Amino acid sequence: MTSELDIFVGNTTLIDEDVYRLWLDGYSVSDAVALRVRSGILEQTGATAAVLQSDTMDHYRTFHMLERLLHAPPKLLHQLIFQIPPSRQALLIERWGYYAFDEAFVREVLGKKLSKGTKKDLDDISTKTGITLKSCRRQFDNFKRVFKVVEEMRGSLVDNIQQHFLLSDRLARDYAAIVFFANNRFETGKKKLQYLSFGDFAFCAELMIQNWTLGAVDSQVDDMDVDLDKEFLQDLKELKMLVADKDLLDLHKSLVCTALRGKLGVFSEMEANFKNLSRGLVNVAAKLTHNKDVRDLFVDLVEKFVEPCRSDHWPLNDVRLFLNQYSASVHSLDGFRHQALWDRYMGTLRGCLLRLYHD
Amino acid sequence: MPGKLKVKIVAGRHLPVMDRASDLTDAFVEVKFGNTTFKTDVYLKSLNPQWNSEWFKFEVDDEDLQDEPLQITVLDHDTYSANDAIGKVYIDIDPLLYSEAATVISGWFPIYDTIHGIRGEINVVVKVDLFNDLNRFRQSSCGVKFFCTTSIPKCYRAVIIHGFVEELVVNEDPEYQWIDRIRTPRASNEARQRLISLMSGELQRKIGLKVLEMRGNAVVGYLQCFDLEGESGLVVRAIGTACTLDKLSSPAAFLPACNSPSKEMKEIPFNEDPNPNTHSSGPSTPLKNQTYSFSPSKSYSRQSSSSDTDLSLTPKTGMGSGSAGKEGGPFKALLRQQTQSALEQREFPFFTLTAFPPGFLVHVGGVVSARSVKLLDRIHNPAFVGIMGNTRSYKLLDWNSFNSDEPETRDAWWAEIRQEIKSHAKALGCHAVVGYSESTSICEEVCILSASGTAAVLNPRFLQDGTVEGCLEQRLEENLPAGCGFCHIPYDELNMPFPAHLTYCYNCRKQKVPDVLFTTIDLPIDATVIGKGCLIQARLCRLKKKAQAEANATAISNLLPFMEYEVHTQLMNKLKLKGMNALFGLRIQITVGENMLMGLASATGVYLAALPTPGGIQIAGKTPNDGSYEQHISHMQKKINDTIAKNKELYEINPPEVSEEIIGSPIPEPRQRSRLLRSQSESSDEVTELDLSHGKKDAFVLEIDDTDAMEDVHSLLTDVPPPSGFYSCNTEIMPGINNWTSEIQMFTSVRVIRLSSLNLTNQALNKNFNDLCENLLKSLYFKLRSMIPCCLCHVNFTVSLPEDELIQVTVTAVAITFDKNQALQTTKTHVEKSLQRASTDNEELLQFPLELCSDSLPSHPFPPAKATSVDYSSFADRCSSWIELIKLKAQTIRRGSIKTTVTVEKASPMGEGNFRNRSAPPCANSTVGVVKMTPLSFIPGAKITKYLGIINMFFIRETTSLREEGGVSGFLHAFIAEVFAMVRAHVAALGGNAVVSYIMKQCVFMENPNKNQAQCLINVSGDAVVFVRESELEVVSTQQPTANCQPSCTGGEVTT
Repeated sequence: MTSELDIFVGNTTLIDEDVYRLWLDGYSVSDAVALRVRSGILEQTGATAAVLQSDTMDHYRTFHMLERLLHAPPKLLHQLIFQIPPSRQALLIERWGYYAFDEAFVREVLGKKLSKGTKKDLDDISTKTGITLKSCRRQFDNFKRVFKVVEEMRGSLVDNIQQHFLLSDRLARDYAAIVFFANNRFETGKKKLQYLSFGDFAFCAELMIQNWTLGAVDSQVDDMDVDLDKEFLQDLKELKMLVADKDLLDLHKSLVCTALRGKLGVFSEMEANFKNLSRGLVNVAAKLTHNKDVRDLFVDLVEKFVEPCRSDHWPLNDVRLFLNQYSASVHSLDGFRHQALWDRYMGTLRGCLLRLYHD
Repeated sequence: MPGKLKVKIVAGRHLPVMDRASDLTDAFVEVKFGNTTFKTDVYLKSLNPQWNSEWFKFEVDDEDLQDEPLQITVLDHDTYSANDAIGKVYIDIDPLLYSEAATVISGWFPIYDTIHGIRGEINVVVKVDLFNDLNRFRQSSCGVKFFCTTSIPKCYRAVIIHGFVEELVVNEDPEYQWIDRIRTPRASNEARQRLISLMSGELQRKIGLKVLEMRGNAVVGYLQCFDLEGESGLVVRAIGTACTLDKLSSPAAFLPACNSPSKEMKEIPFNEDPNPNTHSSGPSTPLKNQTYSFSPSKSYSRQSSSSDTDLSLTPKTGMGSGSAGKEGGPFKALLRQQTQSALEQREFPFFTLTAFPPGFLVHVGGVVSARSVKLLDRIHNPAFVGIMGNTRSYKLLDWNSFNSDEPETRDAWWAEIRQEIKSHAKALGCHAVVGYSESTSICEEVCILSASGTAAVLNPRFLQDGTVEGCLEQRLEENLPAGCGFCHIPYDELNMPFPAHLTYCYNCRKQKVPDVLFTTIDLPIDATVIGKGCLIQARLCRLKKKAQAEANATAISNLLPFMEYEVHTQLMNKLKLKGMNALFGLRIQITVGENMLMGLASATGVYLAALPTPGGIQIAGKTPNDGSYEQHISHMQKKINDTIAKNKELYEINPPEVSEEIIGSPIPEPRQRSRLLRSQSESSDEVTELDLSHGKKDAFVLEIDDTDAMEDVHSLLTDVPPPSGFYSCNTEIMPGINNWTSEIQMFTSVRVIRLSSLNLTNQALNKNFNDLCENLLKSLYFKLRSMIPCCLCHVNFTVSLPEDELIQVTVTAVAITFDKNQALQTTKTHVEKSLQRASTDNEELLQFPLELCSDSLPSHPFPPAKATSVDYSSFADRCSSWIELIKLKAQTIRRGSIKTTVTVEKASPMGEGNFRNRSAPPCANSTVGVVKMTPLSFIPGAKITKYLGIINMFFIRETTSLREEGGVSGFLHAFIAEVFAMVRAHVAALGGNAVVSYIMKQCVFMENPNKNQAQCLINVSGDAVVFVRESELEVVSTQQPTANCQPSCTGGEVTT
């Protein structure tokens, strides 16, 4: 006796949260059954393994049919085939996480081009992270789908994502960061960047989206939150005089040192390193005209600022005091005309550096 | 031109991409009704087109309005090649034809394609302007309301229940026409869908005409079925119960009833004026006015004075005089004759209802059934095929003219069966059959026709206008006890049609009751039940040799009686194992396949307080000398006894024990003895003696004489009870549970298993089939575990044998949650109450019960199954009815009296249920857009305010890429989900929020995995309704007494 066909269809679509999670995590039906058996469900309910198998198959089939709709969540709200109470619909998309992603996975693909080439690497990522390939594919496809939909859209990136994928504010911000990184191809995979979490990058992305993109100056352009403001990047070359002009550099240093004397535990180290640090920060800005250097932004920041400070064991508070003073003192440099530009650059960079500065 | 149909195409959404190059679609819509077609403009390059069309107007006969569906086709415009069809929507406009139902159909409909399934949605608005037409000879029957519900619909009251209506129409199946070889599968499927839609429209219209002839205005318990006879054609047949319904006036509409299906009925002072004279039958409603306007030439005069005449002729037959015995005797005879006269005017006194207004059902006799095996003839009419290209020729009227003898053949077959049912009922001393249904099973050219129902004695009051005089009414109510009347035997205890074991009613002590009662109806709401009920199933397979034509039919005919007998034995054993004494909602399905027959009986077992405690089951071995064998037997016996004890605990069956002692030693009453002599049966006397020696306890003896019997006993014990917190039944309401909360989940589950051809023995088959059903139930319990405590109600199993080694089981049911704590309380008080009643009864009554068993009747009242006749065009072997089976072994029966409305409030646990339910927390998620579906006639915790019309839909889905669609399971899962979606969309478009009495009448699945193909046909029906949550209702009534509670329900019903 073999079962040829075995289905259950409810007027209200039944969704088992646990099975949904297993499905999202990419387990095959047999693995999912094994995991459910291990969870002790048979003892709790008195069911047999065959019942569990049939139940799991059924749920998987339902999820498979739902997946097409989950790709465009607003469709899920209007479709007629599955009657799912609205509260459950939200759970499917967000809380139980069709669009949720694994930290370990996102770190692997953050800043990479969401192309077929990367998709091929998913095998390696799967082995490396221990996340099933199916789950990796789902997460990758989610990133790519969101990217495709919002990439050429007008208006706020976060709002667009929220509207088209019905995600919460929090998750939409994360996706915005992922899209932003993918679009600008920021390098995040280098060894020296490994200590940084997705949260660190997402924080930086948000600051950069707010201040460095086209949308920061004009909210009516396409791609406004996705592309960096090219004109702004060009202008950043003007900052170079802060380090190129020796007088200006000395004046800047003395202003900072005067203000911080006695307030900084690492004052002497700061004094000794000031010129190097300042050169590093300004050169990062000046290089941003080239796409390749844009990609290396985080590598440069870590190399030029985070690592030197860390090797001298600066406490975070000293870094904060220094950066504040470093930014503010430029306003007192009479010979320097690009105050607004400096603020736009340094305001964001200061926030990023403080976030990046940890072990 | 009696009608104008207006259609507007508003918009589409989620359309499929039809142009790969642009990833867009250039969609337009064709709107077709009859032979007229309109088109919208092409909406270029969009998946969400906004046509916003003008109103397309069709001027049509109301006959066409009833028959034809509105056909909407969405296409993709293509400049260079033919336009591609995206899909279709068929809209049945029947609900717009009666004034009370929907006034407009407006909403999003899934666009359906038989190959691709649902492809987007379309927003359509449909209206009908009907002009009244006074032509008496018209063919239409607009205005007759149809209900699938097998009880009087909630917001109506029955003025008269006229009786049985039936009709069938026949056509050639488009799938088997020559043209099918050259057309695409899509075209063939669409031709079939359209034809069936036309045929059911026509069928409904014809039934409507019959109802109008009977001067009714509605059909209740309407059941329409298709017989796919393959080469020999397509039969669409329907049965129903014609009624004159009256819309309930506003006060009743406010009752928070709904657990007890006919709660409202009780509030209506029925005896005040049962005569539906235009001037005196309460508030006149729009419905009523309309009904009369249809037959203005005939005034609504009293049907006849026949009842009066009959009264004067009282001693016409001696039927009741000798046997009734007790005080009620002469009166009963009178009653019987009255009923008889009312029913004799009908060819078939059948009722498809399963629940009745209080007082309607007087006695229940037991199940009557008849089966007949027929050979389907190939009656091809070449002349007909030629004109099939013309759409109008689908109409049956045309078909009739070409092939007039065809429908008559089918009609004659059914008439024969109905006649048999009628005579069986008569033998049980009953004049009517209630809970009546008909079904077929077809395999190749063999067809088994089955009909079954419950023989009953009815109160004539509802059957005719004004037949019952006030004094009679009075007497009825004085004499007859509540809660047990329907159990009392209706037949002459000295002339019993079969041996039975009678005792005095455990409730009233006045009338005789049988020891076991089988019925096809729902448990009457006033019945006194102890404990809870449970689903009981008998499952059986029998191999048969593959054979052709008449040999095949003979083989089947020969097997049928054995199957019936075994099914019955199994049911009886399982019932005793549960410690119960009555079955309700019994449905026996016999399915024929190429090489086997399957029998599946489902029913809900209960313990009726009026019937005696069932005896246990005793096992007897054939070889008593073998020690180990004896040990084995005693071991089995112990297991059985344990199971019975366990079941009694599980289902809370604690009958009052006082009664046992009193009834314990029956002493024959002298008067009875003398009467025995008077009776024709000379042997009865002895039998009575014999029976007395046997003692009161009728232990059911199972003889284990071979392995088969052993298997039977084992299988008895393998039925696993549902996990705790779960109950199941196949009736509307679960006996013993009455505090439903509002969460419901309707579902359909389908399983197909392939038998390995190696182990095809009867035992292996039985085991496979049994496992299949048990596993299916287990899966359901597991799936629905989050709803615990809950009850699966209206569990409906259907078995089919699509191929040689395939068994398909389809289950549709609804899970309803209930409040456990309250349930316990209620049962407790209930038991206490019955205890009290029992003890008072015992004090009052000093009558001695008598046991009687006339085992050897002089002759069978019916000849046993006829041998197969030579003439095989009417090749038939009627399988023996229940009566014969029962003769062999069992006991069933009843007679007695009527219950009164007065006592219902006290006795019925439903009353309390209602009260409690009102205080139950309201359901939070009554979101707009959610459409509930349920096979029940009510929605727990809610009140149905309006019936919008019948939903009757037929779909075909086919695929040539089975693997890609997830195999057979993926294919069927998606299809059933789509069917649900289309039903919900139609209900929503009518302005409804639920479907009640939903039923999946057919789910025919065929696969060909080698060709990567599959096809499935599904037919569903139900009643579209508007319901209002009780909690909301209360708010409306207390806070804003003049406001409408909901835009879709008319103010009049809800306010005041």
